[in-house]
Amino acid sequence: MKNEWPLWEIFIRGQHGMSHRHVGSLHAPDAEMAIKNARDVYTRRNEGVSIWVVEANHISASSPSDKGPLYEPSESKVYRHPTFFDIPEEVGAM
Amino acid sequence: MYAQMIKSEATQDDPEKLAAFQARIDAGEKIEPKDWMPEGYRKTLIRQIGQHAHSEIVGQLPEGNWITRAPTLERKAILLAKVQDEAGHGLYLYCAAETLGVSRDEITEMLLDGRMKYSSIFNYPTLNWADIGAVGWLVDGAAIMNQVPLQRTSFGPYSRAMIRICKEESFHQRQGYDAIRKMAEGTPEQKKMAQDALNRLWYPSLMMFGPSDKDSVHSAQSMKWKIKMNTNDELRQKFVDQTVPQAEYLGLTVPDENLKWNEERGHYDYTDPDWSEFFDVIQGNGPCNVDRLADRNKAWDDGAWVRDGLLAHAKKKAARQHAAE
Ligand SMILES: [Fe+2]
Ligand SMILES: [Fe+2]
Repeated sequence: MKNEWPLWEIFIRGQHGMSHRHVGSLHAPDAEMAIKNARDVYTRRNEGVSIWVVEANHISASSPSDKGPLYEPSESKVYRHPTFFDIPEEVGAM
Repeated sequence: MYAQMIKSEATQDDPEKLAAFQARIDAGEKIEPKDWMPEGYRKTLIRQIGQHAHSEIVGQLPEGNWITRAPTLERKAILLAKVQDEAGHGLYLYCAAETLGVSRDEITEMLLDGRMKYSSIFNYPTLNWADIGAVGWLVDGAAIMNQVPLQRTSFGPYSRAMIRICKEESFHQRQGYDAIRKMAEGTPEQKKMAQDALNRLWYPSLMMFGPSDKDSVHSAQSMKWKIKMNTNDELRQKFVDQTVPQAEYLGLTVPDENLKWNEERGHYDYTDPDWSEFFDVIQGNGPCNVDRLADRNKAWDDGAWVRDGLLAHAKKKAARQHAAE
């Protein structure tokens, strides 16, 4: 642990027009090296057109035990989905 | 396999939590690093993923041995790409292990001082070019057998690492088969080399799946937790059934007098490897154990100044930036 390089989370945009997606992590001394290493570790087969790196300890995450309170409120609001509403066939596509 | 004889750790947790945990696994849910998990699950996984990662890294050594002596520039480039993939596999897996609360340095040091193992197969030498073909064909072939079902393992980061790895493994096995096929179809002398490689690597490849089920006492808990998906003998049988026709196509003979198709079982009957040799290799007495560990230790020690230097440079740069702001 004494002199370990920090851990970086790696995000890659797979194709133009897509969002960056988390693909994994790696150790590197700084952001520049993290990007270089990410190129070698995660894009050896054309997997990406853009790389983001974020030092892992800068990421804040929701806690798994908050799952209920965080997501339960959205479960009861079925009217947020378009299928909640019946539209007469005669009206056509909507 | 790449992880052999992983002993499941005993678990002394709240029975209610344990039952809820098991129910999640039975329902096919993935366990993520921040979720509650039994201590035994966590410890067993660190050992298993760690051993798997170490195998990917140490496994580069027998193949790296032939990069500079590959017979053509194309074979050299292919082997280089294959070995680079294995480094990547090691890294994906180390990161998966680290999510369980072990640091990269800790886990590396456990390999270097012998507290953690790597697959027995990498303690056998690669004596000539035919061995490189045989390693891709048989060793990566055996690894695939085990890694494909592990894509469905219960621990999320392990499963995701396996999915990435499996995407890359098929190239490994095919380039190996292609290389040994070239030799099997070459001059009589080349064919002899191919046969000799198969003779030497057949039983060590069968050993990769670990001891026979009747001697494999730690499987039940791991299978319940879905960190082991099949028994050792199941996978070994599958490997034999798949590989024998591939050898026949090459005109090579599997070095097993008792090998024959069993109509009734729908499988090949085959001879088990010499388990005393397997345990001996695991104990550190294989032909290359000492060399492999010495090589890894040397790489770690020789690289220390690079790791320290780059970190010092990064800190200095950050401090300068901070001062300028
Ligand atoms: Fe691999
Ligand atoms: Fe491989």
